[in-house]
Amino acid sequence: MPVKVMIPSPLRPYAGKRASAEFSARTVGEALGHLTTEFAELRKHLFTEDGKLRSFVNVYVNDEDIRYLAKENTPTKDGDTISIIPSIAGGCTWKRRLDAPAGAALNFARHLCSRISEANWNLKE
Amino acid sequence: MADAAALWISGSLAEKIRTHGAETYPHECCGALLGRDSSAVLESDRGKGALTPAREILQLFPLVNRRDDSPRNRFSVTAEDVLAAEKAAREQGLEVVGWYHSHPDHPARPSEYDRDHAWPWYSYIIVSVHNGAPQDMTSWRLNDDRAEFSPEGIEIRHRAAVSATGFSTTEK
Repeated sequence: MPVKVMIPSPLRPYAGKRASAEFSARTVGEALGHLTTEFAELRKHLFTEDGKLRSFVNVYVNDEDIRYLAKENTPTKDGDTISIIPSIAGGCTWKRRLDAPAGAALNFARHLCSRISEANWNLKE
Repeated sequence: MADAAALWISGSLAEKIRTHGAETYPHECCGALLGRDSSAVLESDRGKGALTPAREILQLFPLVNRRDDSPRNRFSVTAEDVLAAEKAAREQGLEVVGWYHSHPDHPARPSEYDRDHAWPWYSYIIVSVHNGAPQDMTSWRLNDDRAEFSPEGIEIRHRAAVSATGFSTTEK
């Protein structure tokens, strides 16, 4: 009995709309290799350009996260189920956030300078 | 795949997303979008005069932002949360079709960080929250080549009824 790879909804359009695929594989890496050979469009969504699993791609063998096993070298045996589980991340950028207080501080500094100039001018008067 | 996509959502669910963003301000909120994709509609139901959206949101699954270290500009949903959202969806005959999050004091446009961490196919709703008040709400889908997002039109429908076999609309 081969290893079964469960394909999450967002990746099914790149895997012939299939929810799972079966391969003979001795390790998780081998199974994922077969998967991305059969469905080449999956590769860029699972792996970075240098061939590493993307950080938000979680892979489980049965109920175990391979990060706590031997990662992609985790051995598999016939009948095992490999699940690809997404984790979701995002957020806005820091740059603009830092711009706002920096801009406010600059305006405040300009304000202080103008008040000091006014004070000096008044003293001269 | 993202071309001409349209996302249907009721006014009350859209308001709940905006409220969630206001409640967690200045931190980012996040949650799952539960609904149906048009590919789930049976072919036999097509062409019967029913108006079929590309995708419809029928319920929300609010989540806790797991990014304790940087919650003002980052959100994170763990694999366990994803599984919980998928389970909740399955129990109602729905599926997780996307995710929402807020951009506190930033525009409702995806950041480079959003793009870098996005999955294809999912709808990503972003609500902008300025000084605690929700503003624009947009939706996006990652292009097949991962190079950029495409905007996805949001259509507010008061209530979209879902039959066991597909979509039909009952405007109220």
